[in-house]
Amino acid sequence: MSMTETTPPPPATPPAPPRPEGPLRRFLDSDIFYSWKRSPVTILATVTALTLILIAVLAPWIAPYDPFNPASLNLMDGFTPPASQGPFSDNWFLMGADNQGRDVLSTIMYGSRVSLFVGFMATLFAMTMGVGLGLTAGYNGGMIDAIIMRIADIQLSFPAILIALLIFGVARGLIPANQQESMAIWVLILAIGLSNWAQFARTVRGATMVEREKDYVSAARIMGVHPVLILLRHILPNVLGPVLVIGTIGLALAIIEEATLSFLGVGVPPTQPSLGTLIRIGQQYLFSGEWWILFFPAVTLILLALSVNLLGDWLRDALNPKLR
Amino acid sequence: MKNVIKGLGAALLCTTMLVSAASAETIRWARASDALTLDPHSQNQGVTHNFAHHIYETLVDRDVEGNLQARLALSWELKADDPTTWVFKLREGVTFHDGAPFTAEDVVFSLDRARSEKSNMRQLHADVDQVTAVDDYTVEVKMKGPSPLYPNNLTNTFIMDKTWSEANNVVEVQDYAAGEDNYAVRNTNGTGPYKLQSREVDVRSVLTLNENHWAEEKPAVTEIVYLPITDAATRVAALLSGEVDIVQDVPVQDIDRLSGTAGIKIETGPENRVIYFGYRFGEEPLKSSNVTDANPFNDPRVREAMELAIDRDAIRQVVMRGQSIPTGVANPPFVNGWTEELDAYPAVDLDRAKALLAEAGYPDGFTVTLDTPNNRYVNDEAISQAVVGMLGRIGIQVTLASRPVAQHSPLVTANETDFYLLGWGVPTFDSAYVFNDLVHTKDGDYGAYNGGLYSNPELDEKIRSLGVETDLDKRNATIAEIWQVVKEDRVLLPIHNQVLAYAMKDSITLPVHPENQPLMTSVQFNN
Repeated sequence: MSMTETTPPPPATPPAPPRPEGPLRRFLDSDIFYSWKRSPVTILATVTALTLILIAVLAPWIAPYDPFNPASLNLMDGFTPPASQGPFSDNWFLMGADNQGRDVLSTIMYGSRVSLFVGFMATLFAMTMGVGLGLTAGYNGGMIDAIIMRIADIQLSFPAILIALLIFGVARGLIPANQQESMAIWVLILAIGLSNWAQFARTVRGATMVEREKDYVSAARIMGVHPVLILLRHILPNVLGPVLVIGTIGLALAIIEEATLSFLGVGVPPTQPSLGTLIRIGQQYLFSGEWWILFFPAVTLILLALSVNLLGDWLRDALNPKLR
Repeated sequence: MKNVIKGLGAALLCTTMLVSAASAETIRWARASDALTLDPHSQNQGVTHNFAHHIYETLVDRDVEGNLQARLALSWELKADDPTTWVFKLREGVTFHDGAPFTAEDVVFSLDRARSEKSNMRQLHADVDQVTAVDDYTVEVKMKGPSPLYPNNLTNTFIMDKTWSEANNVVEVQDYAAGEDNYAVRNTNGTGPYKLQSREVDVRSVLTLNENHWAEEKPAVTEIVYLPITDAATRVAALLSGEVDIVQDVPVQDIDRLSGTAGIKIETGPENRVIYFGYRFGEEPLKSSNVTDANPFNDPRVREAMELAIDRDAIRQVVMRGQSIPTGVANPPFVNGWTEELDAYPAVDLDRAKALLAEAGYPDGFTVTLDTPNNRYVNDEAISQAVVGMLGRIGIQVTLASRPVAQHSPLVTANETDFYLLGWGVPTFDSAYVFNDLVHTKDGDYGAYNGGLYSNPELDEKIRSLGVETDLDKRNATIAEIWQVVKEDRVLLPIHNQVLAYAMKDSITLPVHPENQPLMTSVQFNN
């Protein structure tokens, strides 16, 4: 490698025509926005996902009732059908009431909140861990790379849900019995996060190995920049594209994984239900005809997972120059 | 044309009847779980006993009203000159499935096996001193003291063949908890009305009629196909699609749907089992509460407030869909010592409950964790969830911790829970069984399920006196005294007695058994 060569600037976008400046303007002019605008499915998915997320975030203010507040519940309202008034209170139940007299609409709003929170946190956790390990492995190579990637390979050969169940079981065994319920949501985040980091690590490692050989990295190294700074300031921004794509799809997967765990009865407690817990409760009443307890949470889960997944798909295509 | 249709209809009807008559001898019987083992003394567990009762027999058992009746023993009485010795006269002419004759030696062997160290039935025979064969058909059981109710403890102790057991090296009981295995776990040789033909654990077991059984009246069912189906919806679907004939564990929410379905009927009846909540006694602060300097449950006013906040009728109507009998005492009506006065429970009074909590020093309530099983009793988790809501209305903020029974019961027996749900069946039909395990101070022999560590030395003395009191009137008076204190102290917070529901094809009659141990010999076909 020639030492005297000056480093060319990182590949930049072609000079923009003179236009009003500003981040919004830049965004509206970008290829990404263009491809978004061109895809009606993506627009629909964005609207659905944003609506659901907004509803979840604002649940305490917009939900008709607080399903976690026992004072507002009346067991005798249990199994009220949709769009009718509870027989023992003045409460209206747009989507009916569940077996405990809770308003299904409100439980869905609060339940999406739990599902999304767990999904976001778990994905963030998996992303941080996976990106960190991937950068380390890709940049250092050798022994460290081999160890990290073999662990990732082993983990990827099992279904994520099995790993999550295993981690959940171990964590439960370690936590004293009287704290298990208050810790349940964090254990869930840990379990889902740990079962998903390998995807991130594998992608980031590959991208890092490519970037590592590029001249701007060499230059930084020669200038004596600390390896950690090189990783974070120089390489990380260049591998973020694929991470964003995996992160979005990973969010959908994490939401489904949380629902699966809760459906299996190892997730959050039934008094603080997530969408999966609601589906588990509702499933018991299919034969007896109280369909609404299962139907509405299930539809919400499908809409949420589908729309986030579609966004991920679109993002992958939009960020992939070969498909543009 | 009309006649042709009529003729066709008649022909069709004939065929259907023929088919049902031909298949009328096999019963396909589904329930939620399988027998844990076939070693008859290895697990004192209802489902296991229920299955074993078809293959093995006991000296005495219970009819559907809960009365003791003769089985392998024809009579049982205390020896005239010795109130500590029970004499059992045995049935003659009984043979085991392999043809060996049933004699007193087998009874001595089996009772000794049932009270051996590894046996799970041991506690029921704790007062036995010695078992001896007087002649081929008379057995004497010498007790350590007067034990007037000992025969009540024998309804699930099965009799094995001594020769067969020795030949197959199963003199020792299988240690189930240690994961042991032996020949008797999968092979049987009983005197019962059915023989084991094939067994696939957790999937399917087939029993065929024992032609040489001693009973004069042959059962209508000649073959039993036993099918454990864990998932409730699948179980119900199997009945609806005609894959099974009887479903023993019917989810309460499906009772209406099933009884409204043509060709299917539901038999319901009370079970000898009470569902209750227990809480931690003593000065020591609770592990899961925000009150760290005292134990709120130790204050009788708090316990009263909790009882006043719980709406048992709402639980019955919504959670149990009418399939429960609310009660104010942790004692099912089948049991000696139950009275209507004890059974009464107070009406819900939230204002009074809040006032009591404030008086006790908790005007804003407190927090605590409730441990509940989620696969043991009918709608156990939903009951706990409803109680969480009801206690929340008076400010007691309860976190619900829900676990499968395999993880829940160790919390209770190891006293690691502050607040828990449990169900208690009473196989001896006597209050002493409730007191011994739930009320007596926990020590090596008593109080095994006293999860809240309630302790009242005065009561303990009375409870222990029940075991040796021979004057039944005096004994019953003591039982009444104990219940009075237990109820006033609110040692337990009873919710209801369970109601059982069996669903079956309407060509079949199977009455509900109070201990949930129905025998297929009692099945009748009504054609």
